[in-house]
Amino acid sequence: MGLLSKKDAKLIKDPLADNNPITIQVLGICSALAITAELKASIVMAISVMFVLSLGNVVISLIRNIIPSKIRIIVQLVIAATLVIIVDQVLKAFAYELSKQLSVFVGLIITNCIIMGRFEAFALGNGPWRSFLDGIGNSAGYGLILVIVAFFRELLGSGTLLGFKVLGDSVEKTGVYALGYENNGFMLLAPMALITVGIIIWVQRSRNTDLIEDH
Amino acid sequence: MAKNTENNVYTVLFATGMVLVVGTLLAFVAASLKGKITENKRIEKQQNILYAMGVNENDDAGVTFVSKDIVDSEFSKYIIKQLVITGTEAVEDSNAYLIDLKKEEAESKAQKRERKLPLFIGEKDGKDYYIIPVRGKGLWDAIWGYVALDSELVVQGVFFDHAGETPGLGANIKERFFMDDFKGEHILDGDKFVGITAAKGNSDPKNLDKTDFEVDAIAGATITGNGLSAMLKKDLKMYMPYLQTLKK
Repeated sequence: MGLLSKKDAKLIKDPLADNNPITIQVLGICSALAITAELKASIVMAISVMFVLSLGNVVISLIRNIIPSKIRIIVQLVIAATLVIIVDQVLKAFAYELSKQLSVFVGLIITNCIIMGRFEAFALGNGPWRSFLDGIGNSAGYGLILVIVAFFRELLGSGTLLGFKVLGDSVEKTGVYALGYENNGFMLLAPMALITVGIIIWVQRSRNTDLIEDH
Repeated sequence: MAKNTENNVYTVLFATGMVLVVGTLLAFVAASLKGKITENKRIEKQQNILYAMGVNENDDAGVTFVSKDIVDSEFSKYIIKQLVITGTEAVEDSNAYLIDLKKEEAESKAQKRERKLPLFIGEKDGKDYYIIPVRGKGLWDAIWGYVALDSELVVQGVFFDHAGETPGLGANIKERFFMDDFKGEHILDGDKFVGITAAKGNSDPKNLDKTDFEVDAIAGATITGNGLSAMLKKDLKMYMPYLQTLKK
């Protein structure tokens, strides 16, 4: 027997592909457009969301039986916001440089629909361990798409990856720039992120036709 | 669990309890970490000021400040004088770097008095640096920085930072490729103050012309760039009456 039962492993694997929060459930698009202009920011955002989502899922799951259903959305929001503020404060005190890099992302996590979506759809009806796995899985699926989109946007838009000039220097005209290649500044703007996500959805659905809804 | 969670009384009680628990928790976290956070901010200010005058541990690409452990001693070694300027008057104040520009601007406006302007005088390798703190608005939130001038009022180095500019776009004002462009730029045309503009299409991407009062702007960060140019014009100008007296 492995570390996880088959059912538990599915909680992690599914959101990575066939039930991906961005490409299938179309959640978290807002932050996916905003922060994917560079790879580093996307990785940092993915890790932050993973922390808040998995922990928040556990907390919600633990108190799921005592939450009054009338105000459950507010309760979820308060828990997400509390976790985010604690993370922000702790980072500022003990990892100041890291918190400078995260800057806006920490605040942005609250607005991420995936968090509320998973609280509502999963943690309210499942135990803490399964909710934790669901949180890890969904944030990993979210992070995966973020990294793919950011990879293409940073490479084609700035000619760099994680800040390294992988295509040569665009001002000094070395590397591929010597051949007349130019960066596509349009890739850095939000609309291209939407188009990139669209292309990923297209590729994914044409490879797995089960994902296409019948009308 | 036979508890009735639909009951109104229960709902109100739950909400009250949750607010109390969360409020206490957050207040406790904030209060216990406050000292550390303030200290981090003070160290950061010192690092930023030193960075602008070229005291840093930069390698090829990234921005590296002097390390936290030695920043206090480096700061007292390189910053030989801290002044508070009002008009053309200057008073020495060894805590001038702790002046909060935002608060001071608001207070001076409310009390209808002249603004107290902090100025840091640094010395490195026998050369004097006049380091001016600046503060303005970007696209989303505040932007600020430090500009180091030499005695001819030519820029020797800058440091910029921001509270919430867009990563990959406006946030790049704190990257080396942008900040390094300011080195050697002039801010005076003869005796007239001009400032520096982050300009698009100035056909000088390598920034070879240091007397055009322009550096190459960041693509996709127009409003941050405009805010930065406005910040430099407005804040550096306030120091000109005093700095011009030094030049003569």
